[in-house]
Amino acid sequence: MHLTGAQIVCESLMREGIEVMFGLPGGAILPLYQAMPEYPQLKHILVRHEQNAAHAADGYARASGKVGVCIATSGPGATNLVTGLATAMMDSIPVIAITGQVPRGAIGKDAFQETDITGITLPITKHNYLVMHTADLAGTIKEAFHIARTGRPGPVLIDIPRDVLTESADFVYPDNVTLKGYKPTMDGNGLQIKLAAKLIADAKRPLILAGHGVIIANAFDELRELAETAQVPVITTLLGISSFPEDHVLSMGMPGMHGMAYNNIAIDRSDLLIAVGMRFDDRVTGRLSTFAPHAKVIHIDVDPAEVGKSVHVTVPIVGDAKRVLHALANEVTPATRLEWLQEIDELRLEHPSDRLRESDKLLPQYVLKEISDVTNGNAIVVTGVGQHQMWAAQAYTFREPNSFITSGGLGTMGFEVPAAMGAQVARPDKTVWSIAGDGGFQMTMSELATIVEHQLPVKFALINNGYLGLVRQLQDLFEGGKRVSVEYSHNPDFVALAEAFGIRAFRVTEKGQMRGAILEAMAHEGPALIDFRVEPEENVYPHVPAGEGVTEMLEGPRPETEGAWKR
Amino acid sequence: MEAVTDHTISALVEDKPGVLARVSGLFRRRGFNISNLSVGHSEVPNLSRMTFVVQGDEFVVEQVTKQLYKLIDVVRVNDITGDAKVARELALVKVKANADNRSEIMQLVDIFRANIVDVAADTVVIEVTGDEDKIDSLFRLLKPFGIKEVMRTGRIAMVRGPASTGGKPLTANVDDHNAPDVESVP
Ligand SMILES: Cc1ncc(C[n+]2csc(CCOP(=O)(O)OP(=O)(O)O)c2C)c(N)n1
Ligand SMILES: [Mg+2]
Repeated sequence: MHLTGAQIVCESLMREGIEVMFGLPGGAILPLYQAMPEYPQLKHILVRHEQNAAHAADGYARASGKVGVCIATSGPGATNLVTGLATAMMDSIPVIAITGQVPRGAIGKDAFQETDITGITLPITKHNYLVMHTADLAGTIKEAFHIARTGRPGPVLIDIPRDVLTESADFVYPDNVTLKGYKPTMDGNGLQIKLAAKLIADAKRPLILAGHGVIIANAFDELRELAETAQVPVITTLLGISSFPEDHVLSMGMPGMHGMAYNNIAIDRSDLLIAVGMRFDDRVTGRLSTFAPHAKVIHIDVDPAEVGKSVHVTVPIVGDAKRVLHALANEVTPATRLEWLQEIDELRLEHPSDRLRESDKLLPQYVLKEISDVTNGNAIVVTGVGQHQMWAAQAYTFREPNSFITSGGLGTMGFEVPAAMGAQVARPDKTVWSIAGDGGFQMTMSELATIVEHQLPVKFALINNGYLGLVRQLQDLFEGGKRVSVEYSHNPDFVALAEAFGIRAFRVTEKGQMRGAILEAMAHEGPALIDFRVEPEENVYPHVPAGEGVTEMLEGPRPETEGAWKR
Repeated sequence: MEAVTDHTISALVEDKPGVLARVSGLFRRRGFNISNLSVGHSEVPNLSRMTFVVQGDEFVVEQVTKQLYKLIDVVRVNDITGDAKVARELALVKVKANADNRSEIMQLVDIFRANIVDVAADTVVIEVTGDEDKIDSLFRLLKPFGIKEVMRTGRIAMVRGPASTGGKPLTANVDDHNAPDVESVP
């Protein structure tokens, strides 16, 4: 088949099983867009901003487990993708970004809308390409998808000069990929797995730290089997949330900076950490020198570079979480561990960070709890970054595998709108709740138009505190209450705003109105938004001050200032 | 804690545009200290060999190795610090010289088994190969004459004997990272 470069791109995408792409055209990428009508199977969703195309592809990938695709033109189109690609890179999300480039002859001449996007994205992609020959397109795309979705997944960018899209070449899609320098290890070393099983058998206070790798590897059943067989409590990192059902007796919730106090104490007492698909991020460990001082560490990760990067590892196991957990679950001896489980129960009673504070006011935590109750913990929850994100992680009970979508590594505000859009495209069968901050929402709310255009029934819970809340909290707790540039005193009327986009909207100012509004939003067929005017100065607890050890946390508001705790 | 030392790393990389930027960018953004980097074609078509000298302890070298492996274009990485090897650097140096002191310079050049590769009215260009120490000492001795220009290639190194400098294949190397920490396993 003799095809133009643009046709080759479309044919290749179809062979990779792509059904949907998010993008925005421009001069350099135009030939690709002009070819699209020949391929109606490839649905293109036209966004309002390329950053949102990247986040939408990311949300789509997280919700579906497939590769997300975003497209932008050269120059400003390509640079607008940067935050989205960095977000995907930090959280190991398979995204393919296709960018137009100026024609080959103009490269390096500071041509109109020329930017060195492969140079710019070098550290924020798993790999990237500048394709200089039409004949190389098919092979490059095949390779790019292979790299994006295998091993530790990540974004891959393909930059294509305009004339490479218009020139023709024979199209043959390769059957397989051979890369001399890329062979992810999938099966864990058998001896290591035996050693790990022995450590687990000998441990008195073991804990599983489950991360995003469990979700990426689809290892829900295997994790559960290991935890149940060996009776090991499961702590889930922020990105590990929904890798283990939170209504399970062994579920412990989140550790770290805003994690459950009892988890940080349990880790401090633990003699064995079984870390799976997590990378001992600084938000989890706090000050490294005092982290888990008594614990041996089994570290299971598909990326060898993560093993031993931050903490000393006793038994490293490089491999795919699903395969390794399966092998390990078969190897471990069934145990009961009544003493340790009881000790943890006591810790949970003494440090009840999973209980909500009692108040007559509309506390933001209540909103999350209510959405959790109404949806029975079965919705897909997408968040922005800030206090509302932490309350979602803490107060919503995740029962459904892979149902929490959040920017963990980069912490990208604004993620909540486009990623929810992408997630809803991927999962039309599910209720998607976007838990939005008033700050983050305003960074990317232009996609409301796209959401309406494509009749995506995303439900938005705007946790409107009129503040860049998490930053205000830092200033209040650690800067002597000196508030600088954290208040939004003139936020728009979000109900009117949503309605202007054609979105059904409600306002909730009191606790008693929450449930009715949530039910009404869910009953509405299309997209809906609830502007929750929450208690503006509520803080997230626990809070481990930056640079401190995780046991040195502020567990809750001082009673004299913020009311008593419900026990 | 292990001492910070020089480690000589040899890497086989795909001969593709941008590969040097990928490697040097990695060193920069991860804060690895590289004193020296050289690159050139290898015996395999489309593969280049890079030699670099990394400062740090075993932990740093392990991280450098693992991070390098994450680059798709990096095929093999090998720390050859402990291996018996031939390590060489090539330097060119332009020294002020006149009829009066030229023979003195030539004596030094002979002692160091260097070569004079260019002679002008008031300068000579000397070519010298060897390890860094040897080149440094020659430069020290030449300094009083007046050094006008210096160029050094950086260290290249090859393992002695039949063994390959390219090191073990990738999978075997990844498996190395699976090796247990014997001391802490009961
Ligand atoms: C793009 C971006 N800019 C700045 C920050 C720093 N930051 C972290 S949380 C936060 C406040 C977020 O405010 P909002 O979206 O209203 O959420 P809230 O904390 O109030 O729930 C800011 C500014 C960030 N994470 N991302
Ligand atoms: Mg806010």
